[in-house]
Amino acid sequence: MINSPFVRKPASVQSVMLQVLLALVPGIAAYAWFFGPGILVQIALATAAALVGEAAVLAVRGKPVALFLGDLSAIVTAWLIALTFPPIAPWWLTVTGTLLAIVIVKQLYGGLGQNPFNPAMAAFCLMIVAYPALMSQWPAAGQLDARTQLDLIFGGARQIDAITGATPLDALRTALRSAADPASTLHGLRAAQLMDGPAFGLIGGHGGEWVALGYLVGGLWLLQRRIITWHIPVAFCAALFAAAGLLWALKPEGFASPLFHLASGGTMLGAFFILTDPVSGATTARGKLLFAAGAAIFTYVIRVFGAYPDGIAFATLLMNICVPLIDMKTQAPVFGHKKD
Amino acid sequence: MLRKLFSFHGGVKPAPHKDQSTLAPIASVPLPERLVIPLHQSVGGHPRPLVQPGERVFKGQRIGGADGSLSSAVHASTSGLVRDIVPAVMPHTSGLTTLSVVIEPDGEDRWGELDRVNFRSTPPDELRDFLRDAGIVGLGGAVFPSHLKLKPGKEGSLQTLVINGAECEPFITCDDMLMRERAGDMLKGIIAMRHMLQAREVLIGIEDNKPQAIAAVQSAIAASGETGIEAVAIPTRYPAGGAKQLIRVLTGIEVPHGRRSTDFGVQCFNVGTAYSIFEALERGRPLISRIVTVAGNVDAPRNYEVLIGTPMDHVVRLAGARAGTDRYIMGGPMMGARMPAFDVPVVKATNCILVGSPALFPPPPPEMPCIRCGECAKACPADLAPFEMYWHSRAKNFGKAQEYHLFDCIECGCCSFVCPSHIPLVDYFRFSKSEIWAREREKEAADTARDRFEFKNFRQEREKQEKAEKLAAKAAATREKVGADGSAAAASSSTAPAKPSGDDAKRALIEAAMEKARQQKAQIQPKNTDAANPAVQAEIAAIEARRQVSATNPTDAPPDGPPSSGA
Ligand code: SF4
Ligand code: SF4
Repeated sequence: MINSPFVRKPASVQSVMLQVLLALVPGIAAYAWFFGPGILVQIALATAAALVGEAAVLAVRGKPVALFLGDLSAIVTAWLIALTFPPIAPWWLTVTGTLLAIVIVKQLYGGLGQNPFNPAMAAFCLMIVAYPALMSQWPAAGQLDARTQLDLIFGGARQIDAITGATPLDALRTALRSAADPASTLHGLRAAQLMDGPAFGLIGGHGGEWVALGYLVGGLWLLQRRIITWHIPVAFCAALFAAAGLLWALKPEGFASPLFHLASGGTMLGAFFILTDPVSGATTARGKLLFAAGAAIFTYVIRVFGAYPDGIAFATLLMNICVPLIDMKTQAPVFGHKKD
Repeated sequence: MLRKLFSFHGGVKPAPHKDQSTLAPIASVPLPERLVIPLHQSVGGHPRPLVQPGERVFKGQRIGGADGSLSSAVHASTSGLVRDIVPAVMPHTSGLTTLSVVIEPDGEDRWGELDRVNFRSTPPDELRDFLRDAGIVGLGGAVFPSHLKLKPGKEGSLQTLVINGAECEPFITCDDMLMRERAGDMLKGIIAMRHMLQAREVLIGIEDNKPQAIAAVQSAIAASGETGIEAVAIPTRYPAGGAKQLIRVLTGIEVPHGRRSTDFGVQCFNVGTAYSIFEALERGRPLISRIVTVAGNVDAPRNYEVLIGTPMDHVVRLAGARAGTDRYIMGGPMMGARMPAFDVPVVKATNCILVGSPALFPPPPPEMPCIRCGECAKACPADLAPFEMYWHSRAKNFGKAQEYHLFDCIECGCCSFVCPSHIPLVDYFRFSKSEIWAREREKEAADTARDRFEFKNFRQEREKQEKAEKLAAKAAATREKVGADGSAAAASSSTAPAKPSGDDAKRALIEAAMEKARQQKAQIQPKNTDAANPAVQAEIAAIEARRQVSATNPTDAPPDGPPSSGA
């Protein structure tokens, strides 16, 4: 029997997810514009894999397939995987990663709403541990034409060295390490000088900074639509800025500027789309601040001192583990029990 | 002068649907063929019937006397013949019955003798008894006996008397219309309440979507020449009409769960209650009718002055129920309760009969898992984390749910309203609360049974011991006697009444013990089964009483200790 309330706001999981997908569009458009159509192929691959994988598991689990496919959450995961994997990753890498995310990280934990880990980030971590080389090849903007990209995605063998690529984050870190080495030709150069190359743009990576701007625009729209709250993006960016700013202020020749960190890699994607995943993130206001600030610190540490192209994935998983504790410890006082 | 207002967390803005029912003035309703007046219409004890079947009653005659202090009287709504006093289905989702007086109107609508009182010259205790016997209860939906709330706090005076004219539920306009049409009389009731409470200021909170009501009340205040009474327009946001939310908006005070608002110098009454206090004091008329909004799936939504006990469908007919009507809801769409039948009577708690149809209130889309989006927490006016309570309620982990302040939930429905996964969150909370009450009752019953059992054991032990001592003494005496009688007795040993040995005492003890055990069994079993039934019944009654209180409307909520004492 239906009890009160008899009226409801016209809201659904589907519409929430649809808006998240729409908000990704500006970033994707910039991505495709600067880096070529490879990313679109990756998105299509991941989407197909996610839908097939999710449908299969739902059928096996005896759940209503159409209802749960229609919630679009699998597609959000798929798009995030496509956007965080290299755009020239071979097709099977993307497909395997997506299936891992959907089947193991999401469905085996109970499906929608039940997964303690962010599926896309868990897939990223699994794949980068399994295939470090393939997961670290990033073409620079305009470096590869469409044909080459498709060949790389669908082709069999590839000459890994021929398409050397690293994210600007990676490149700068390597360069900074060389600069610190007296034997290197780069010795003594500052970060700003190292960033003079074609791989770099105004403040971040060439092209990449526009993609980041696209994510920022989409993220702000999500904020305005009240799909997400300000806590996570603001805390993440602020903490990253602070951490980067601190070391940069102490030793400008040894560290990239805080602005570079904000505009590079997956910072914007992470701040507005990955860490804001409600299922695996903190839920209280104070909890969200802690969660995002913690993720920012881990991200910075892994970026600067680690060996991976970006630190957001590992940082997200680390903070996912802390969520139950954070949520428990940050419950706000309820009505009538607040201290004024 | 602009007053500083405060805001409460959360809240929602459902479509108001209030325009249609305010087009025409409050209308009267022709006498129905019979009135069914439940004796139990307020929080608290069950009034006992004061009339017999076959008796003639006057309009306004007391037919149910208040049962103790936490209770309120019930009256005949018109003159006529008492046909019957029987259990009848009450206006409650459960479909349970309650003892009701069935009156067949004689059509004359004749009042009995009416006594008025002058509230300024009557001692407060007498005034309170008068209001109890006039059946005055909170008309916002909580139906808490008003006389109990008309006591100033410990200091003997009160800072603020809050009058609730917010009326935040969609569709309902009975308070709006009351204020538009009867502001002056309502104000007289307020002045009487202010006197009883010795309140320094009176704030009448009205949502700003009722400009006409605000204007009417303001001009009534101006005309009365009273000072310290103010009609305050507050932002329209559900549930601004919840007593706690309104107190918060007007005074900034948050009254925690389980505390009385008078401890904080505030008391809150509904505008309808104020009007019925005026009627009782100045006209001597007990509470026998109220304004009811009929809205929803009807041709002409409107407000009616309805006699208590009138079958709901009798009123709805006047507004013209449309095709497709599948239910009546008592109250609004956010907190209202679905009625078990169309002909249940209008009671003091009936502020609105919302006529429902599948088109107007479609069933919710399929329930999806919680995605922890936090929308529910953002909307919760009690600052709770509904999804956490849901999680634990679902797992029947009631202790955990309580840790997340389950009992601070006012069942306003905001969380269910916003949830993108269409989870009926409030249903889970209602379920958990009643489960917890049921368990508490069970535990109480078990504790009493155990105490009783332990006492019985103790008594039996003691009796056994006494008997054993007696037997031992007897045996010793026999032995002595045998010893004294010597061989003569030994010759006729076969007929000896008792053998001179310890065996006898032992056997007697065993027999006594077995007899006791038999008795014990015989006693305990019927007693336990006997005890179970009333206990279960009491439990059901308690839960239902609670339901009735909390599942209607947040306005005029009682100081919210569980009214279990009445059940
Ligand atoms: S609104 Fe619904 S889906 Fe969102 S957190 Fe609350 S219960 Fe979960
Ligand atoms: S029903 Fe309870 S939990 Fe839900 S919003 Fe209202 S007070 Fe909060």
